[in-house]
Amino acid sequence: MASKLTQSNSAGWAFALPGFGLIALFIVVPFFFAFGLSLTNQRLVSPNPTEFVGLANYKNLLGVGMITLEPERNDAGEILRGQDGEIQYPRVRNYTRKNPDYPHLDGMREWFRWSSGDNAKVVLAKDVVFVKALKNTLTFVVIVAPLQASLALLLALLINQKLRGINVFRTIYFMPVVISIVVVSLLWRFIYSGDNGLLNNILGALTFGLFEPVDWLGQPSTALGAIIAMSIWQAVGFHMVIWLSGLQTISPVLYEAARIEGSSAWQTFKYVTWPGLRNTAVLILIVITMQAFAIFAQIDVMTSGGPLDSTQTLVFQAVERGYGKQDISGGSVISVILFLIVLSISLIQRWLTREKN
Amino acid sequence: MKLTISGAIVAYAAVSGAALAQTELALWYHGAGNEEEAAVLNGAIEDFNNAQGDWTVVVESFPQIAYNDSVVAAALAGNLPDILDIDGPVMPNWAWSGYLQPLQVDETLVSNFLPSTVGRWDGEIYSVGLWDAAVAIMTRQSTLDKYGIRVPTLEEPWSLEEFNAALETIKASGDFDYPLDLGTAWTGEWYPYAFSPFLQSFGGDIVNRDDYQSADGVLNGDAAIAFGEWWQSLFANDYAPGTSQDPAVRDTGLIDGKYAMSWNGNWAATPVLDAFGDDTLFLPAPDFGNGSTIGAGSWQFGISATSAHPDGAAAFIEHLMQDKYTAAFSDTLGLVPATPTAAAQSKYYAEGAPMEVFYGLSEAQALVRPVTPGYVVAAKVFEKALSDIANGGDVIDTLDAAVDEIDADIAKNGGYGH
Repeated sequence: MASKLTQSNSAGWAFALPGFGLIALFIVVPFFFAFGLSLTNQRLVSPNPTEFVGLANYKNLLGVGMITLEPERNDAGEILRGQDGEIQYPRVRNYTRKNPDYPHLDGMREWFRWSSGDNAKVVLAKDVVFVKALKNTLTFVVIVAPLQASLALLLALLINQKLRGINVFRTIYFMPVVISIVVVSLLWRFIYSGDNGLLNNILGALTFGLFEPVDWLGQPSTALGAIIAMSIWQAVGFHMVIWLSGLQTISPVLYEAARIEGSSAWQTFKYVTWPGLRNTAVLILIVITMQAFAIFAQIDVMTSGGPLDSTQTLVFQAVERGYGKQDISGGSVISVILFLIVLSISLIQRWLTREKN
Repeated sequence: MKLTISGAIVAYAAVSGAALAQTELALWYHGAGNEEEAAVLNGAIEDFNNAQGDWTVVVESFPQIAYNDSVVAAALAGNLPDILDIDGPVMPNWAWSGYLQPLQVDETLVSNFLPSTVGRWDGEIYSVGLWDAAVAIMTRQSTLDKYGIRVPTLEEPWSLEEFNAALETIKASGDFDYPLDLGTAWTGEWYPYAFSPFLQSFGGDIVNRDDYQSADGVLNGDAAIAFGEWWQSLFANDYAPGTSQDPAVRDTGLIDGKYAMSWNGNWAATPVLDAFGDDTLFLPAPDFGNGSTIGAGSWQFGISATSAHPDGAAAFIEHLMQDKYTAAFSDTLGLVPATPTAAAQSKYYAEGAPMEVFYGLSEAQALVRPVTPGYVVAAKVFEKALSDIANGGDVIDTLDAAVDEIDADIAKNGGYGH
């Protein structure tokens, strides 16, 4: 393995040392700490000694179960129905709380259910908040990554023109990136306010008062969507700049040639611009994915994971447990799981976007 | 060269030696950013430093929002000051964690203090507060008169039916956005502080106070479920704004006429008095079946476990416990004075003064939050449970989940030393 990298390159290594050292100290070492702590019952503060608990924390977090509920029947064997005709089922707590016949379900809670005939199939989870956080985070990534990347590309194409005052537009699009995310989140909390928020007022004015005000952050159906929209608005400028740098590396000669050949705007984009942006695209996709998985500040400032866990995310839960509830081991487990998810997704992305020979 | 350095060291030692005739005691305080509060505290410290020759107290203030985190971080790093100010319900956690040492003050000194201002853990006094806070339903006499609602008293508070009927009447009039403002915008400690008394009045609690080993049966028993259903009905019927309430409207909604009644603390009383004058009413919490009760326990002073000079720290805290400082803090911040004698000489709580009623509330109804190191976690769980129920979560399932989480935490901490 003797190569130029390892031999007679002491100056290079010396230059790299501060960077490597900091990364090791603040990222690599803490990660191994987190992994170690996730196997213990470490608390933030406690006079009790730390104990090794093996994989118990992981089991508590990832345990799922399932139960089929049969309808409640009266003495004649008829199915009991509620006021609207919906079938009445026994409560899940009858099975999951101290029921000796169902020890494997003890302490679980309902995640979701569906009907199958007269019965209801209920999926249970040991830690419903965690599985909801996982689902929300994945939803967030799946929507944000492609949407933000393409919007950023669109903006980059728009501002990559030689127009008078184009720098004004560049500045405007880039501005949200420079403002602290906490400030942006606070502002958007006012914008989304259900009582007298800017968004409700604008929509009301546009529809001549027909629009019914919506409590954007206050109801489970709109809260996550509202945060997604705001997050894209905030971060899109950053990736626009990366796209722009990619665009400006494409040689103008290629565009000139395309014009001489009589290529349409779409053809130019498809055969000149896009192939030239290949490496930029890979970078942007991976960066957005990783950033999206780390969503925290917006949640912390705007919703604290509510309403009804509709905006819980992994990092928010890791902080909430590790620091808020003084359960370092619980927070560490989530961090390790998040690391494994992000790592595997990044590897898959690398593999899918590899140079094919 | 060497000579000059050692000479300088000698000179420095001589200078600092003179300054160190008084031993320095560090004090951490949560009130950074409030100049009036700092002025009162600094005045008290100056008096102390000038009154005796052994100790000099030096204060360092932190913003309240970062205070607890700073103390925890300092404790982990072994850098605690001698004297700490401590939020009442958090005290048992810090004492159990070994940050604090018992406060050596004479029992007779605290005999006339409101019980909720003396922090006790494991049979010993760990902290003493100069003031308490109290919560009341703030409204206007004219509002109640207009809708023919009886003015409740400490002896005869509203019953559940009366309270619900009042909310219904006001809601039906359409005169207000909401009849009742609970302050759901104030996430954090406000939830257990302001709302767990409702649960207690229903007959439940956050944790079983017999041995503090479980919440089962008290946080998900019949009384708690009745409370949960009532709590949910407040939001389902639009009697109160939900968890997405705008914090700005929380502060001004009552005065602006958006809310008919507001569940708020004495610290928010002066603007209401300024706006409504004699029309202002501060009413006790409704009696939901087990008596009317409000939360208690505010900021208190204690001594860190690592302090090398607990005698000096105790001397300072005893110095602070004089009525004149209690009254001064009360006059500046509107807080409820800890002793009746201080109340008598204070601006707001003297006999016939506008906020006297709060002293009565603190004296008659105050119930401290569960005195256990596990409270810190239970409070967070309780807050989430109330938000979820307010947002339409299933009452029984939500309370069950809260119980499971609290019980698991207690088990994980080996029973928190009870």
